[in-house]
Amino acid sequence: MIHDFGIVWTERALLLSGLANTTILSVLAAIASLLLGFALTPALMSKHLAVSGTARVFVDGMRCVPFLLFAYIVYYGLPSLGLRWDNWTSGLFALIVYNTAYMAETLRGAWVAQPREPIEAGVAFGFSDLKLFRRIILPPLLLSAGPVIGNQTIQIIKDSAFLTIIALPELTHAASSIQSRHYVPFAAFITAVFLYWGLCLVVEAGVNSVGRLAEARR
Amino acid sequence: MAALNKVLDVAGVSKRFGANEVLSDVSLQVDKGETVCVLGPSGSGKSTLLRCINWLERPDAGQIYLNGQRVGVSGAGIAMSDRDLSKIRTRVGMVFQHFALWPHLTVLQNLMEAPVQVQRRPKAEVRDEALALLEKVGLVEKRDAFPSRLSGGQKQRVGIARALAMRPDLLLFDEPTSALDPELVGEVLVVMRELAHEGMTMVIVTHEMGFAREAATRVLFLDRGRNVESGPPEQFFAKPETERARQFLQRYAGDTANGKH
Ligand SMILES: Nc1ncnc2c1ncn2[C@@H]1O[C@H](COP(=O)(O)OP(=O)(O)O)[C@@H](O)[C@H]1O
Ligand SMILES: [Mg+2]
Repeated sequence: MIHDFGIVWTERALLLSGLANTTILSVLAAIASLLLGFALTPALMSKHLAVSGTARVFVDGMRCVPFLLFAYIVYYGLPSLGLRWDNWTSGLFALIVYNTAYMAETLRGAWVAQPREPIEAGVAFGFSDLKLFRRIILPPLLLSAGPVIGNQTIQIIKDSAFLTIIALPELTHAASSIQSRHYVPFAAFITAVFLYWGLCLVVEAGVNSVGRLAEARR
Repeated sequence: MAALNKVLDVAGVSKRFGANEVLSDVSLQVDKGETVCVLGPSGSGKSTLLRCINWLERPDAGQIYLNGQRVGVSGAGIAMSDRDLSKIRTRVGMVFQHFALWPHLTVLQNLMEAPVQVQRRPKAEVRDEALALLEKVGLVEKRDAFPSRLSGGQKQRVGIARALAMRPDLLLFDEPTSALDPELVGEVLVVMRELAHEGMTMVIVTHEMGFAREAATRVLFLDRGRNVESGPPEQFFAKPETERARQFLQRYAGDTANGKH
């Protein structure tokens, strides 16, 4: 058994590059889906039924599709519509679009739970448009949505493992290559599990520091 | 000239929400240094009237002038740009029933936010003025606290200081003590009384009859969206002209004693 971990150690470069790719994928997907989620949130809350209805169908639809299936559709299905992307583009696109739905729904929940009066005070004190959003609406929203955004980021990290099926060289893919090359499944996969765990701990540390900021203001 | 002293002119404002006529042809003029108290039962349109003054609500009819400038409508009858509206709003301070402080900012930051971000005044100057205002409302030692750590009375004193930090021409108060525990009402009324003595121009919606009787230069009694009665407080409280006002005063008679802290 120790010997098996020794073999994994000799393949550390492969594992580390998988870890790096998983990190890059997750960070890009988390940031992009958060930003797109922000853009989608007003649509979800729009008074125009056509707008809010369309946004709602997208969000609810996405949330009911298993991510693995969605990734299949993007990578294998879209080419038949003439969209042919490499595995990186497809994987990133799938992660971002899928998680935008979750982020938008999370932010909508936090947004409606915000007290209206401070925002109205912002308007009464001369804030409008982007400045109102940036200075008055956004900061308390991020503080209250922080933990849920963190959870969703962890979900993104885990979902990125599915991208191994489109041969994206992320962490699960690296572990899987090592095990098939050397027949050390337990050692290879357990090592990957610990690396995922480490990533999640980093995200949780971030969530906790946002939580502390929020706590001081609650 | 009297016209130059007129800070606020509300001319025949009406407002309806659907079928509900909330304000009907309400007029109100406020001269520089006046404290006008707006009284009336719940639902009579007091908040809506205040919110029309800084265009948080658009009246359906009538005009509003601040220092002679039309609010919400620019020269040719076109809706005012956000920029111009924002400029007007910074000249009208507002104090809210539930304080409406910005929870993510400290007390000092709450005071500095609009003067720095909206009025674009120099930070150092704004900071000095904000500290002086906190001194005035007795909260300078709380400058680095977040609003959630303050009592209701302290929050409302911050709310008043925040409005003053914009150097407004006019202050609007919407039931500033209604959300407070009775023992905390006094500390807020003290600050408001001081402002009245200093000659701040104010329109105050309140149920504190004692305060209105002492501090108001004029009271306006709203009932079902109509300006039913207005005049100097001595006259209104001693000899109300209408049956509605009499009934209203009877209901709030208890508060008259309460208000005299
Ligand atoms: N945004 C709104 N939409 C619909 N009705 C409203 C709105 N704001 C106020 N009202 C109604 O207008 C009436 C007057 O409200 P308000 O001005 O808040 O009265 P007051 O402050 O004197 O209690 C109430 O019947 C209230 O329900
Ligand atoms: Mg009201």
